Amino acid sequence: MRLEPIANPSAARRYGFPALALAATVLVASILSWIAGADPLATLGLIVTGATGSRLAILETLNRATPLIFTGLAVAVAFRAKLWNIGAEAQLYAGAVMTVVIGTSAWGMAWLQLPAMALAAVAAGALVLLGPVILKTRFGVDEVVTTLLFNFIMLLFVSWLVEGPMKDPAGMGWPKSTPVDRDLRLPRMVEGLRLHWGFGLAVLAALLIWLMQARSVLGFEMRAVGQNARAARFSGIAVTSVLLKTALISGGLAALAGFSEVAGLKGHLTRDLSPGFGYTGIIVAMLALLHPIGVVVAALFVAGIFVGSDSMSRAAGVPTYIADMLLAVSLLFMVLALGLARYRVAWT
Amino acid sequence: MMALVDILISASFWAAAIRIASPLIFATLGELICERAGVLNLGIEGIMVMGAFTGWFAVYQGMPLWGGVAVAFGSGMLFGLLHATLTVPFGLSQHVVGLGVTLLATATASFAYRLALPQVTSPPRIDPFQPFAVPVLSDIPFLGPALFTQTALTYAAFGMAVVVGLVLYRTPLGLAVRAVGENPAAAAAQGLSVTGLRMGAVMFGSGLMAVGGAFLTLSAFSSFFFDMVNGRGWICIALVVFGAWRPGKAVLGAVLFAAFDAGQVRLQQTEIGAILPYQVFLALPFVLSIIALIVMSRRAEVPAALMVPYNKGER
Repeated sequence: MRLEPIANPSAARRYGFPALALAATVLVASILSWIAGADPLATLGLIVTGATGSRLAILETLNRATPLIFTGLAVAVAFRAKLWNIGAEAQLYAGAVMTVVIGTSAWGMAWLQLPAMALAAVAAGALVLLGPVILKTRFGVDEVVTTLLFNFIMLLFVSWLVEGPMKDPAGMGWPKSTPVDRDLRLPRMVEGLRLHWGFGLAVLAALLIWLMQARSVLGFEMRAVGQNARAARFSGIAVTSVLLKTALISGGLAALAGFSEVAGLKGHLTRDLSPGFGYTGIIVAMLALLHPIGVVVAALFVAGIFVGSDSMSRAAGVPTYIADMLLAVSLLFMVLALGLARYRVAWT
Repeated sequence: MMALVDILISASFWAAAIRIASPLIFATLGELICERAGVLNLGIEGIMVMGAFTGWFAVYQGMPLWGGVAVAFGSGMLFGLLHATLTVPFGLSQHVVGLGVTLLATATASFAYRLALPQVTSPPRIDPFQPFAVPVLSDIPFLGPALFTQTALTYAAFGMAVVVGLVLYRTPLGLAVRAVGENPAAAAAQGLSVTGLRMGAVMFGSGLMAVGGAFLTLSAFSSFFFDMVNGRGWICIALVVFGAWRPGKAVLGAVLFAAFDAGQVRLQQTEIGAILPYQVFLALPFVLSIIALIVMSRRAEVPAALMVPYNKGER
């Protein structure tokens, strides 16, 4: 077989194949629940109602989507410039650490301190990604492996922090940090509803990134570097500088996931603050076709699958890991769909 | 300082290093074969989890230990086929597909484990491979207990390294695999099937990765845990670079690395371990991998067509 590039793929191709990918994922979901001995249609129904069936369920889905929007944006921004940031998990924790550091110090000025927490988080996340990217641009070390390895180092660092210097003296011996002051939590978006401003911030971030990509010179340069770094260099774009800027933005976005989880939801830092939000961000970004607004939609979808599967699992007895399987399958189908949209398969 | 010397001159330390190196050797050889054919296989971490699970489960269901190894190899080949289909004929991003395969294989192993054993609180055990003292050789002082009282799977790991080295450098098949990783267009002009060779290499390599995972359940521990692979796959990718894509050097790197790992466990028991937090020791293997990547980056001989998809008729 041979792949022939299509110069101008039609809208039917560009959106039809991704739609097929989602349909195929639903099919796999049915097969998996059938294997698990449950009624496929009932399982799918339980996932949908579990994620959207009540006010509580919807709020839970929105809360779960919040960190995924941030990590999804982090990955989407980086991947667009072909910067393979697989370290959103580490950057998230770096953000969470700084949030607690600033959030547990006594400033006496909450209006200044909350933004300072966010800024410190962004700076820490950006720095964490800067390391691997400098290794890439300076020594040619593949950033995939270094960012992956850094995730493990960061998690051990956090493990040390919450058992040692940052440990909550009032925590009954549990490995968790001292909580952030009550006045320094993100307020709720609507009084009485359990949804914090982290979600609003995430949507705002998506809009800003969209504007940046569509309207700014940097956005154009990032796309050019991603499409063909060599050509970009010949046309006078400082590729290294663009990659470094991309790293700062991407790392900062992932760190905001840590900030919003601590300041909006948990209040303190633990080793299990993120159940793999950084890795799931890759799925979110790919499902969104790397588009910032798409990231918000994809994050809601992915969060819905997680929340829905949790509640389905309690009712139908299908293991919750079905959610992880479905998301991995949807990722692979989506990559294939994107390939098929741009190429025609010729059997010769 | 004395503590360090005491560790280095004990045969049990080197025996542990060889044992820890074994799964890394299998998986590193697997990754090396894929990359030599021009395909970066980031599915390694998940495929190791899959192998650890399927190998263990087969034995738990009553198969012999070598049957478990074969089942693990087969499950690895299956995920290798998935990876190869998407990355070779379809030429899709090897980064994204690899991560997708890791996520899928990890989730599938967890899903299947929960489905097969819904109610277990403590992971069930199997009878793993037992150490086998090689006659005569195991009587050599120091070297005997260190090298020749290992489990059969460890001997198999080192044997596999020899086989892979011989095949890659001494057979037409090895030459063909290296050719499609260096210059696929020239290889195709010679009448070689780039697609077939690459897919075969990825499938066989993935099988070896799964056997590396199975070592953990069939030889090192006797139960399956969800997070037992714990980044070993990513470390193996670093080991391939450290070994400059050569089987011999890669095995040396794996043993060196395992010696550090065995050493940090022992150092934790000494007065140094009392001063430093245990996380420092656990982070050491990952820090070491990054340092190895930086050091080797200057003189690494990367296969020229690594991560470059080949499409007939495209120049």
